[in-house]
This record gives sequence, structure tokens and C-alpha cells, in this order.
Amino acid sequence: MSAMATPVSAPPARVIMYREALNEALREEMIRDARVFLIGGGIAQRGGSYKVTVGLLDQFGPKRVIDAPISESSFTGMGVGAAITGMRPVVEILFVDFTSLIMDQIVNQAAKYRFMSGGKGRVPLVLRTQGGSGGSLAAQHSQSLEAWFYHVPGLKLVMPSTPYDAKGLLKTAIRDDDPVIFIEHKLLYMEKGPVPEQEYTIDFGVGAIRRPGKDVTIVAWSGMVGRALAAAAKLAEQGIDAEVIDPRTLVPLDKEMILASVRKTERLVIVQEAVRRGGVASDIASLVQQEAFDYLDAPIAIVAGKNTPIPFNAHLERAAVPQEGDIIAAAKRCLYLS
Amino acid sequence: MYTPSFLEQLYRTLYTIRVFETRCIQLYRQGLIVGYFHPYLGEEAIASGACAALRDDDYIISTHRGHGHCIARGGVGANDYSPLRKMVAEVLGREDGYCHGRGGSMHIADVTRGNIGANGIVGGGIPIGTGAALGIRIRGSDQVVAVFFSDGAANNGVFPESLNMAAIWDLPVVFVLENNQYAVASPIEEMTRVPDLYERGLAYGVPSSAVDGNDVLAVYQKMQEAVATCRQGKGPVLIEAKTYRHGGHHVNDPGLYMPKDRLEHYKARDPVGIGRKYLLEQGQQTEEALRSIEQEVDRQMEEAIAFATDSPHPSAEEFLEEVQRS
Ligand SMILES: Cc1ncc(C[n+]2csc(CCOP(=O)(O)OP(=O)(O)O)c2C)c(N)n1
Ligand SMILES: [Mg+2]
Repeated sequence: MSAMATPVSAPPARVIMYREALNEALREEMIRDARVFLIGGGIAQRGGSYKVTVGLLDQFGPKRVIDAPISESSFTGMGVGAAITGMRPVVEILFVDFTSLIMDQIVNQAAKYRFMSGGKGRVPLVLRTQGGSGGSLAAQHSQSLEAWFYHVPGLKLVMPSTPYDAKGLLKTAIRDDDPVIFIEHKLLYMEKGPVPEQEYTIDFGVGAIRRPGKDVTIVAWSGMVGRALAAAAKLAEQGIDAEVIDPRTLVPLDKEMILASVRKTERLVIVQEAVRRGGVASDIASLVQQEAFDYLDAPIAIVAGKNTPIPFNAHLERAAVPQEGDIIAAAKRCLYLS
Repeated sequence: MYTPSFLEQLYRTLYTIRVFETRCIQLYRQGLIVGYFHPYLGEEAIASGACAALRDDDYIISTHRGHGHCIARGGVGANDYSPLRKMVAEVLGREDGYCHGRGGSMHIADVTRGNIGANGIVGGGIPIGTGAALGIRIRGSDQVVAVFFSDGAANNGVFPESLNMAAIWDLPVVFVLENNQYAVASPIEEMTRVPDLYERGLAYGVPSSAVDGNDVLAVYQKMQEAVATCRQGKGPVLIEAKTYRHGGHHVNDPGLYMPKDRLEHYKARDPVGIGRKYLLEQGQQTEEALRSIEQEVDRQMEEAIAFATDSPHPSAEEFLEEVQRS
């Protein structure tokens, strides 16, 4: 079941920014469900560092749009408590880098509560955060840490790459009865894309084929989707027809879409901005070699961030994360063209 | 009282921080500096006064708003402006910066000078500085650690936890709480019921008091007493230095939420102006002598900028080789 970014049957959509799409999702869900509230640093009066929560304080008031002190561990834990007892908190942590401060509440508390309570307790909490490099924000504001959450049973993990997905997936996340980690990308907030006027949600576990192709499969998510598409366009000029797949949610993962593509192209490149070691790409590679080994005509290529903290200097920063050229080179290696 | 040369050194530090921040903001606007840049404008007296009370073998730990601490601790003196050059080179991300362009504004550190470093994580330095003090106690030396942080960080759990452990183990740490009354745009009154933050220290049995953070000599005196207490093994001490930013949270924040009259009040109590007056009156220096200090610092700053812009970008090849080896 392949889902394109925008359903073919949809009427013409407006073009809005990723951050506006997120804002709409929050607004609509807060109207729809009085249990939904937002808590985080600088999200109410200031409307968030990336302007995602602009206007929500005015519309919903300070009881539901809460500016918290810099007490991340505790306000996340308060989100867990509120969720267990009937609310639907959307907790915002400004940078995924700062989730290190709240890991106990997410990993030991939110993720396990449903299981430990024998299924009687649920934690319908969304953790909205933002990651990735670009902009010389240096080592503590530029990481890609999705593997931390991917690793922990009990969490869902969403990483939208387009305004359309950002809105539809955030609405689904808020309606989900279990904890969802929702990681945005700092370079995408101003990106524009079509978003329909009418309401929609996007199911978790359904990837999107961003570009159909037959020669090589490129899997990428979040900020790397755009780079993979740019690489695919260059490859096309050289007669190589790449298929670009965006899983959109890493947990649950649309394994079938990736496997179907690999069975067709027989070559796979996985692109992640995160460091190579212990990353999601390695896990996807292991799934594919296990289930589609006979189809592969070349070793699976992983294009990943270097195993380093992100440097401040812009040249070094670029050298630390995958660039278009790295993706092109990997695809050609899979085709034995380099 | 204070010798003219001491007052001159204090003023040189205050003025250097002022010039550094002012010029760097201009460089930022020209696109030479990128990323986050949090100026210390308006708070210069705290770093200048506090660091003047420390010995060379003491330690400091800083924050995201760390340029002032780094300059004051770096010890910019009449004959040595190399710390200023390394500062400018680092905020420009160049090879000759303190961290070879890898750290940037928020991560400047110089362990060789007892500067454990700035930090991009609010509150991140508080336990680390307290840990440096734990080491001192285990070694049995009489060194002291100054932990700089602001009101926002005081609301993170690491502060009460570190404060308590420092208290039960009598650690030689001076918590220097720079209460500039904002965490980004969140005003202190909305983030706590008790805006006199030094009171929190009292609850943990820690000698705690407030000081005018814009008055460099008041800060220096307070710090000297605190440091003496710590050296006698009677630490920790909490000092709340009340102050106010001269602008927004960072260079791209116009700070429109800061009430004009409050801002004007604090600008009228300008820490650099107050330090200048001390040097004129108590130090009995002439206007001319002061201007020559200022001109010297101005000139050194321009040289530092020239040095930094001439400094190469760090080599990507070398960086990748380092990564390969790690
Ligand atoms: C743990 C953490 N949470 C949030 C942030 C984002 N942030 C950067 S500076 C800042 C405000 C800090 O306020 P304060 O401690 O008062 O320091 P000031 O800026 O006033 O010097 C915030 C919230 C961060 N860097 N780290
Ligand atoms: Mg503050």
C-alpha cells in the first residue's frame, strides 16, 4: 500500500509552511478535544522559538497553553501524570538535544506504564521536539537523536518531512493513546508545501513514495528527504532512476513498502543525518538483508552522519552530515558505476 | 582602599567585555558571526568583579551567556590581549580560536586557565562546577570554584540538588546567580513566587545574600568574602547579583517585552559607567588617562578582529581524519 504525499483525489490545497501546518494541527486538536493542552518553555507568550505555537495562547488561554520554567524533567513528568489521569498533553522540548534531561520520564515512566500496569494504564502524551544540524548551532543544539527513542519499546516515533505530513501526523499523534515522540527538523519550519483545507489525518506505519523509480531505492526521513530527492534528480540526469521512500514514522515502520521497493530495484541506500554508529539505518539494513537477501544485487549502502559531535564551524558542520554528493556516490556504488 | 592599578584593571575588564560584545554584534549583523550569540551587555560587573577575587589556580564555569566570564577569567591585561584574539577567532569559528572553531560562542572553554567552559545546556554547568569543588575537597587544596548561572537555570532541578550536596559536604563553591530577571522572554515574577532567589540558599543552610550586580566593587567585595569563607572550608556560598540585560536574549531578539522604564533604569546604572567613575574618583585618574585605556582596548579589539578574520577556517580534511581515528 503505497501512499503518495498528497492523495490524488484531493481538491487543490493551499501552500503553507511546515510550522503553520503544525500550528493548524495543534489548533484543530485543541478545538476538537478539551483534554489537549500544551506545556513547554517559551511556547505561550512568545509562540515558540520556531513560531509553531503562535496565537494559541490567545485562543485557548494560559490554562491550556503553558509557559513553564526551565524545569524540563519535571514538566515532562507532569505531562506523564496528566496523561495517565485523563488529559492529552503535548509537551514541547525546544531541542532534541535537551531530551537528555527528560529521559527518565520518557524511558522509565511513559514508555513502560501501559505494559507495567497490565494494559490498564495509558499515557496519551506527545513529546514535540526538534533536531538536526544546519545553522552553526554547534554540538548541543544540532544532534539527530531519533535512535534513542527508536530503541525503547513502548514509544512511537514520528519524523515528518513535509507540511502535509507534519499536520496529518501530529493530529494522529495527539489522538493516539500511547506516548508518541514527534521530532521536527529545524531546517524545515519555513519549507512550504500543499496542505488541504479540509480535515485529514495520516496513519502511522504508512510510508510515502516521494519519487518512484526502478534502479535503486533510497530510504530517507526528516531533513534528509529533500537531499535524497535532489540527489535522485541528479541521478536521473545520468540515466539512473532512483525511488525515494520516506517512512514518515520510524516506529511503527512501513517495512513492507521498503521491502517491495527493494524487491523491485534490488539495491538499497539508506540515508540518515544521525551518526552512523547504532543508528536506525543499521537496523533497517538488518531487516532488509534478513527478509530480502536474495533480491539484493549489491551490499546495502548507508549514508550517515560522521561519528562526531556537530562542529560549530559551518564547513566542518557540512562535512559531518550527509550531502547530496554522498548520496549520489552511494547510489552509483550500489550500481557498480563508480 | 583600592589601588589605582587594581581599579584600572577592573575597568579594563569591564570595558573590554563591553567593546567585545558591541563589536561582535556588528560582526554578526555583517554575517561574519553565525549561530547563537548571547551578549553579556549590562552584566559586565558580575564577571569582572567576581573573577577579580579569584586566584590563578581557582576555577570558573560559565553559561550560554559566557563571553564576559571568559574574558574576565582569561585575564585581559595591559600587556596581553591574546585572550581577546582567541575569543574573537572562536566566535568566528576559526582555527586560532579557543576551541579551533569546533565550539563557538556557547562552548568556549580554556581549562588551562581554570575556565571549565561555557555551556549550551541551561543549568548544565552547575553540577559540573560543584564536582570540581568536590575534587578540590578530596585533594585537600584551598582552591575555589565560581559557578555562574542565571535565574532561569535556578529553576532546573540540578540547582537545588547541587546546592544541597555542596552544603552537606562543605564544598568550596561560590554559586554566582546572575539574576537578570529573564529566562529568554519569561520574566522572573512569572517563574517563581520568590524573586529574591538568594532566599533559596538559606533554606539549604547556605550563607546567601544579594548584591547590586551592576556595581563592580560591590560584587568584588561580596565575592572576596565568599571566596575567603570557601577557602576556610566553610563553603558553599550563594551570591545573587541583581542585574538586567541591555537588550534581548540573543542578537536576533529585539527584547520588545522588556519594559522601557525598567530598561532605562538599569541602563542609567550602567556597570561600565559605574566602574569608570570608581577609577576617576577613588582611583584619582584623569579623564585623559581613562581615554587612553579605552583607546588601547578599542585598538586591541580591532587587532583581534583582524587576527580572527585572517585566521583560516579549520580544515575539513583534518577534522575528518580526527573523526576516523575516534
Ligand atoms: C536545558 C535547556 N533548556 C532550554 C534551553 C533553551 N534556552 C537557552 S537560554 C535559555 C534561557 C536561560 O535563562 P537564564 O538561565 O536566566 O540565563 P540568561 O539567558 O538570563 O543568562 C533557554 C530557555 C537550553 N539551552 N537548555
Ligand atoms: Mg536570566
